[in-house]
Amino acid sequence: MIRIDTIKKGIVIDHIKVGHGYKIFNHLGLDKTDYTVALLKNIPSNKLGSKDLIKIENDIHLDLTVLGLIDPGVTINIIENGIKKEKIKLRLPERVKGILKCKNPRCVTTLENIDDVEFTLVSQEKKEYRCEYCDARTSM
Amino acid sequence: MSKVRHLIEPTDLKQQEIEEILELAEKIMEKPEDYAEACKGKLLATLFFEPSTRTRFSFEAAMLRLGGRIIGFSEPNSSAVAKGESVKDTIRTIACYSDIAVIRHPKEGVPRLASKYSDIPVINAGDGGHQHPTQTLTDLLTMKSLKKGLTKHTIGFCGDLKFGRTVHSLVKSLAGFKELSFIFISPPELKIPDYIKEELEEGSYIEISSLDTAMEKLDILYMTRIQRERFLDEGEYMRLKDSYILTNEKLQAAKKDMIIMHPLPRVNEIADEVDNDPRAVYFKQAKYGMYVRMALIIKLLEVEGK
Repeated sequence: MIRIDTIKKGIVIDHIKVGHGYKIFNHLGLDKTDYTVALLKNIPSNKLGSKDLIKIENDIHLDLTVLGLIDPGVTINIIENGIKKEKIKLRLPERVKGILKCKNPRCVTTLENIDDVEFTLVSQEKKEYRCEYCDARTSM
Repeated sequence: MSKVRHLIEPTDLKQQEIEEILELAEKIMEKPEDYAEACKGKLLATLFFEPSTRTRFSFEAAMLRLGGRIIGFSEPNSSAVAKGESVKDTIRTIACYSDIAVIRHPKEGVPRLASKYSDIPVINAGDGGHQHPTQTLTDLLTMKSLKKGLTKHTIGFCGDLKFGRTVHSLVKSLAGFKELSFIFISPPELKIPDYIKEELEEGSYIEISSLDTAMEKLDILYMTRIQRERFLDEGEYMRLKDSYILTNEKLQAAKKDMIIMHPLPRVNEIADEVDNDPRAVYFKQAKYGMYVRMALIIKLLEVEGK
């Protein structure tokens, strides 16, 4: 197995569903950084069978809302002086604006260009959101 | 813009406001002449992006009887929308000319979108299969007027209770009134959704599949249509369809003062012979619809009668 050194100060995004690692990597713009980053794919995992993982040797601001929408199962570890200082488990945000698209073909959002459509979480388990216009449930 | 009140879905109105509208509607019914000039000088715009004669006439009659006037279109081909104008722009323009707007549109959520860009009150007159709040107000007024109040009744809802939005919003609104009992009569596949039942007090409702069993207990029977395409099993549809058709024979078991309601249009769920029964009030409902819309217009425009 490929080994990547532990980091001194930075962020480890763990338990990423296989295939989501690249999406998160791109979303965080990690392909354009000048500090050390690592994207590991298909790592054996007791919990998931296999998983993706990202290590970032820098203190960056993470948009947890967007991360939660891409993959709410991820764990975020904040590392300082080589040890885990904080562990953040993501939860789906209660409200999101401008990210989701309503899947109801009869919804006005399919007719008009509306940028900031708001969705309200109705079920954490089912990952379901309700469209502010038509009330239809859209699952992630 | 935030001060302007709209009615996009029934929950936009607080319980107290619903009661005020129903009371005002009854006052108007009692003495319409006191309200004949309540909207003098006001203009109602009816934006009907799909045809609906019943609802449009009801709103237009309501405004004319309040002394106001009307402008509008009843199909999108005769409007700027045919040239590709957005809903946002249409409402912003209409708001320059009129004092209140009524919108019906086949797409769900159009009235909500319009209300965000409107500095005049917007009333949803039906958006696809989504919401139709003035139908709910109509049903509430019919019940209140014909059954002397909205408490201590046993109300039966019969038919497709799973997909029927009319039933969902009506039950949600009725949940705010006291001492009501509900009997939900439907085939197992078309039961009322849990999230609607959650609005009701525990023990205030039962669910059964036989209309005959419920009949003698009911003060109000609200019929809806059962659509064949809603059944997964054709055989099940054939077995059940007749049991949800209301006939004079079935009505023999009902109370003498029960009322039979239906949101219309009906297909075959109420036999024509029932129309002559004094308990059948589904055509009277239309009249209550006009009065409740008069009360709503007065409320949203913040005008008064004599």
